Amino acid sequence: MKNRIIDLFERKGGDVLNVYFTAGHPELDDTASIISALDSQGVDLVEIGMPYSDPMADGETIQNSSQKALTNGMTLALLMKQITTLRKSSNIPIIIMGYYNQMIQYGEERFLQEASEAGVDGLIIPDLPMDVYADQYKDLFEKYNVTMSFLITPETSDDRIRKADKLSNGFLYVVSKSSITGSSSTISDRQKAYFNHINSLDLKTPRLIGFGIHDKTTYDTACEYAQGAIIGSAFIRALEGKGGLKEKIDKFIGGVRR
Amino acid sequence: MTYQVDDRGYYGEFGGAFIPEMLHANVENLKKRYVDIIYEADFQKEFDNLLKDYVGRPTPLYLAKRLSAAYGGKIYLKREDLNHTGAHKINNTIGQILLAQRLGKRRIIAETGAGQHGVATATVCALMGVECIVYMGQVDIGRQAPNVARMRMLGAEVRPAMSGSRTLKDATNEAIRDWINNPENTHYIIGSVVGPHPYPDMVARFQSVISEEMKWQLKEKEGREHPDYVVACVGGGSNAAGAFYHYLDDERVKLVSVEAAGLGVDSGESAATSVLGTIGIIHGSRTLLMQTEDGQIIEPYSISAGLDYPGIGPQHAYLIESGRAQVYSATDKEALTAAMELSRIEGIIPALETSHALAILDKMKLKEEDIVIVNLSGRGDKDLATYIDHLDELT
Ligand SMILES: Cc1ncc(COP(=O)(O)O)c(C=O)c1O
Repeated sequence: MKNRIIDLFERKGGDVLNVYFTAGHPELDDTASIISALDSQGVDLVEIGMPYSDPMADGETIQNSSQKALTNGMTLALLMKQITTLRKSSNIPIIIMGYYNQMIQYGEERFLQEASEAGVDGLIIPDLPMDVYADQYKDLFEKYNVTMSFLITPETSDDRIRKADKLSNGFLYVVSKSSITGSSSTISDRQKAYFNHINSLDLKTPRLIGFGIHDKTTYDTACEYAQGAIIGSAFIRALEGKGGLKEKIDKFIGGVRR
Repeated sequence: MTYQVDDRGYYGEFGGAFIPEMLHANVENLKKRYVDIIYEADFQKEFDNLLKDYVGRPTPLYLAKRLSAAYGGKIYLKREDLNHTGAHKINNTIGQILLAQRLGKRRIIAETGAGQHGVATATVCALMGVECIVYMGQVDIGRQAPNVARMRMLGAEVRPAMSGSRTLKDATNEAIRDWINNPENTHYIIGSVVGPHPYPDMVARFQSVISEEMKWQLKEKEGREHPDYVVACVGGGSNAAGAFYHYLDDERVKLVSVEAAGLGVDSGESAATSVLGTIGIIHGSRTLLMQTEDGQIIEPYSISAGLDYPGIGPQHAYLIESGRAQVYSATDKEALTAAMELSRIEGIIPALETSHALAILDKMKLKEEDIVIVNLSGRGDKDLATYIDHLDELT
């Protein structure tokens, strides 16, 4: 079967909306309902966070949601089951985002195989170094038809950007500024210059801009400079508000993509 | 066989730098430059002078006669407790502040558990007139009040880490997040031989002054540079790394690491990482750590906040796995008893961390001719409240 992420970017060259949420949050069994609501809102791609006790790259919002999810009893095995089930009714491309230690403890090949069989299309492992991936895992990812997206930041050198471009498939994750997840301000001229610079490098992999994308304005700006954007913390905050899950999701996504 | 870091940043299969891209530029820059900077004549001179005139080095190597009589052998104490600020931690912070200056960094962050590393960092920042922010778990802020006050008095800002279990590992996470948010002007002074390469090696080099002095001091006293045993407690492992450093390749010297067993290794309330831990990634390093089957990091327990860390430096993981170092553990109770004993028979009140190292002398079954050096990593002033709580049951 063709990888759904690769397929998405072949069909769609812009305005790609990727929404992140933490598995097992707000409630343990919300994964399927959240994905179904996102799917019906026309979201292009979902990124499911595997809750981790020590999420080094994440800000308060994602960290708190992870802690809540772990308290709710979320595990990797359960997440695989949830994805297997929801795949019966949804064909939306799915990425899992987690930390390298989780993959190691599950067993790297077992993890890739089960994720692939459950219907996962891609992974983001922010603390897995590019060299280690290239040496030890690239072939396995290909074997199981799972994409890998590396992160680049304003501090990443051009050489490294090219390396990330070469090693990533699906899309490249452009971290919008030097920060952890969850900050919210407007996109500055300095950030725009950085996006322009990346666009001048003639990279092969499509780009999604993430970190700090939280509303219609920031989403639209990101889409001017890349194929699309990733919204995480702002969506999690929306899920934590009052009201029914579907209503909250409809309202939030509706607001971003008015 | 070498027990030092290889050019890829590993000790055998342990070590490396498993960090998000947001930290890459800073860690890479450090990796490229730390060795050159440390061995510049000008750096060495300033480092040595500060260790001598400000820290008070060399620290004595003291033959503890009554302790020796109690356990057999000739037991020497390497008096790191006599350093300025009361522990070995300042050897590292002096080194790193000089390094930060040469990297052009004007803002310093650090994590702390017991507060010893926080105090040592706040101290060197005051000395150099640099902004200092120390992350400390909210729980530890509660139980280490005197050190919090010391840091504040030294001009540092103490920021509570409110996430997770609100102890040392969470303070470390918060410091890492701060560094991600402030990559340009900030240097992160890690307090032990943990974290991504090059930190474990860099911190070990700064602490290696401990065994450098031991060699010539023992030569003066015993006519030989090598003892039969070097004993040190291991939290992250920096005092042990410094005490072992110049003896690593001398197989005549048995290296002994002592972990905190808490209420007992199998009690569920322990910090004996090498026994309870499995291989994984913590704070950017591949090493032994306490974790669940799903790779979630487990909060350890020890009466001593400085040993209360769920991981262990990658070099120690390698020394233990390869059999080069022997590991013992001591419970809260054994450590308290050892603290009381050293106070009574040698007139030295040790830190709770250090007391764990002293607590295993009995288990070592020393022979008369054995020469042992125990690294007395710190003094007990900071632990007085805990000692007072247990004074009645121990005397
Ligand atoms: C006196 C003393 N000894 C030992 C330690 C443990 O750290 P390490 O294992 O890095 O020496 C600490 C940490 O706070 C300490 O204060």
